[in-house]
Amino acid sequence: MNISELPRRALVALGLPAVLIVLWWFLSANSTSFFWPPLSSIVEAFPRTWTADPILHDVLPSLARLAAGYLTALVAGVAAGTAIGSSRTLRALTEPALEFLRAVPPPVLIPVIALFAGYTGWTAKVIAIALGCVWPILLNTVEGVRSLDEVLRDTARSYRFGRAATLWHVVLRGSSPLIATGARQALSIGVILMVISELFGANRGLGAAIVQFQRGFAIPQMWTGIVLLGLLGVTLSGLFRLVEHRHLAWYRGLRQAERGV
Amino acid sequence: MTTATATALTGPAPRWRQPALGVLGLALVVAVVEALPRLGIVDDRFLPPFSTMARALAEQLTVAEFWTALGQTLRGWALGLAVAMIAGIAAGVVIGSVPALRAVTASTIEFLRPIPSVALIPLVVLIYGSRPQSALVLVVYAAFWQVLVQVLYGVADVDPVIRDTARSYRFSRWAVVRTVVWPTAMPYVVTGFRLAAAVALILEITAELIIGVPGLGRAIGVAQSSGAVAQTYALVIVVGLVGVAVNASARAVERRALRWHTSVRRDL
Repeated sequence: MNISELPRRALVALGLPAVLIVLWWFLSANSTSFFWPPLSSIVEAFPRTWTADPILHDVLPSLARLAAGYLTALVAGVAAGTAIGSSRTLRALTEPALEFLRAVPPPVLIPVIALFAGYTGWTAKVIAIALGCVWPILLNTVEGVRSLDEVLRDTARSYRFGRAATLWHVVLRGSSPLIATGARQALSIGVILMVISELFGANRGLGAAIVQFQRGFAIPQMWTGIVLLGLLGVTLSGLFRLVEHRHLAWYRGLRQAERGV
Repeated sequence: MTTATATALTGPAPRWRQPALGVLGLALVVAVVEALPRLGIVDDRFLPPFSTMARALAEQLTVAEFWTALGQTLRGWALGLAVAMIAGIAAGVVIGSVPALRAVTASTIEFLRPIPSVALIPLVVLIYGSRPQSALVLVVYAAFWQVLVQVLYGVADVDPVIRDTARSYRFSRWAVVRTVVWPTAMPYVVTGFRLAAAVALILEITAELIIGVPGLGRAIGVAQSSGAVAQTYALVIVVGLVGVAVNASARAVERRALRWHTSVRRDL
């Protein structure tokens, strides 16, 4: 890509969003509808609504819970997935049970966890996020470990790689593309659960704040919450792509070489 | 198919071994759930023994409201999935076939897709309340992107030589879509269907649980808040079984629809 192409690429990427936003702005400008306030009043309400206090007490704790639950799920899912994927007996033993647990829609877990830990407080929410996120990571890790090239394992063995080295360099490296797929699916489930776990109890958090705006009929403020959640989703998926891009560069290169491009 | 290759690599295992171990695994889970509260490790007000859950489940099966709720959930799921499939395929084929359109919309699709559909909950609550339309909007929004993105990948996968061949034979636009684009995109569409089916069920249940749209999700919420613990677990088990059924039937559809395809691909 050379420099002269940049403006054109920027135009292609930003053109439609800009048009849509402009359309939204003008079509809603004289809106008197209760549900669809003018975009201008949403924009105007944004800095008023998300001042330092709600960011500190609603947004950041939500994100911290998301991070705690997601990382727990990542570690547990990869560990259990590697164990299950490496042993055929273990796999046959756990397959139907895992199939069932995966099929339970994650939001249903929240009332169940609430039986143990209540709706309020951190523990219930972090557990809910972790339990929802763990299945796609676990199942994809199992697939990844299973689909490893036998030749690679044998090569590692004949070079007398230690157990730890084989695990790290061969097994985890080799299954990382599939683990990344699972981790990406888990991320969007995590965001959903972060919001849902806060919709129940009347305590603080991003989800709780949005519901309070909605119940108080503070419609422009509610819209700012929706926009904020949207931006959050986009930012997280962008961050994920950045991390994935760096760590799976070897994989893209391999695929390109295989295709002979 | 994957199990077949696994056995091919490591030599034949007895055919009964795999399912038998699976049943054993399930039995172990049931035994643990039965034992934990009985041994007093977990308070049975939080986790009743499995036999109590099973009794509550059997009781549910005789109640008319349970079957109504199950029907409402399945109807909402199927309707939302159907709308999302039709819209996703139509939009995907149109956008995917026109390179300029694809380039212009790429960033917008990437932007709208990760917006969590639950962000729309407050809005649909205001507009529709706890009517089924609320669930429908959420289900369609969430499932649509799964289908659309898969269709876009599929259309992009069309072999340029085949496309050019069709063009030089002066195939009509419709004929190209039907004979060139659709067969190539088919596997992607089916994958999209499988993903969308699962996502649609999650959103349907979520809407019922949180907004109070009639269905199994609302039944779980009601049971939990009224302290019917065994019934809560029984309904969660039902929802899990519905999920298993949805996944299994989506996979069956996949196998059927792609029978020709895998056979073509195997010798590639």
